[in-house]
Amino acid sequence: MTSLAITVVGHDRPGIIAQAAEALSGCGMNLEDSSMTLLRGHFAMTLICAGEAGAAQVEAALQPLVNGSLDVTVREVPEEPDLPTLGSTYLVTVHGADRLGIVARLATVIADAGGNITDLSTRLSGPLYVLLAEVDIPRSIDIEALQNRLADVSAELGVDCTMRLLENDQL
Amino acid sequence: MNLTLPRLPEGQVLDVVRAPSHVLSASGSQVDPTHPLVVQLCADLVATMRVAPGCVGLAAPQVGVAAQAFCVDVSGHPKTRTSHGLIVLVNAEIVEASRNERGREGCMSVPDLTGDVKRATKIAVVGQLPLSGERVLITTDAFEARALQHEIDHCYGVLFLDRVTDAHAVYPRKNYLEPGDPLGP
Repeated sequence: MTSLAITVVGHDRPGIIAQAAEALSGCGMNLEDSSMTLLRGHFAMTLICAGEAGAAQVEAALQPLVNGSLDVTVREVPEEPDLPTLGSTYLVTVHGADRLGIVARLATVIADAGGNITDLSTRLSGPLYVLLAEVDIPRSIDIEALQNRLADVSAELGVDCTMRLLENDQL
Repeated sequence: MNLTLPRLPEGQVLDVVRAPSHVLSASGSQVDPTHPLVVQLCADLVATMRVAPGCVGLAAPQVGVAAQAFCVDVSGHPKTRTSHGLIVLVNAEIVEASRNERGREGCMSVPDLTGDVKRATKIAVVGQLPLSGERVLITTDAFEARALQHEIDHCYGVLFLDRVTDAHAVYPRKNYLEPGDPLGP
């Protein structure tokens, strides 16, 4: 059994997912986790699939998709262990006037504190920049200090930043 | 104020069904709340809910029975405002719902995922008590309202996965280690 990481990026049109999924299914590859969205109008999909086919065979099967307007990459990846989170999950939201380095500066603050971003999306809408990040934060970290540091850097960048605990209700 | 429930028989702890299982997607039948099998089912739901750590509600389809019966008990939960203590209802329906709020929820029948779901924070529910069949009206809010909506959904074959707010609103459930956990740092 091999696990393959596949990315498909390029000009959007109807049928890309259908064609990609058909090609994978034809190779006996089971499409496991995937994420697809439009990023500034560009089709962008990342997925992990598993089965007996090798990367070269799957890449060949996906070739018809490329057709001049899509880039496809296929590479084998090892199985990743499902490690428990040592702490809590927070949602960091940022919005403000776009400028260079918002993600770089804030993600560095989070990384320096030992936080791990597990989900990220950013959107640029006219002059407005929006960032949403889910961050696992070990319980050994001083949350207040991290919040203060994020507030300081956000103030320097001229953006608004909030960080709040994400809670799950188990029903 | 706590709901006054008829005294139910001793319940048995049943296995909880997990998705994908067809019973979780089947709309449960209305059942006779006075029938001994329904009364026993209700008692079993309570017994099963009580032994599951952190479980605040359980519906009949979650123990493999496509019937409209469930129990909820949110007493002591930090997000609870109004609480009726242990609630056990048969053939329940929501008659009023307002003030939607988005929240992330998980379910014993979908143990590895969570999802963002909009739920009313103020609701009125009518249903019948097991054994007596008495019709009751429960008006509640906040966490008890969310739990009741989640369980009533189960009775109609609806999972939180059917109600997530958008295509990116389902997440792997994170397994948090508690302080003092031997696997912890």
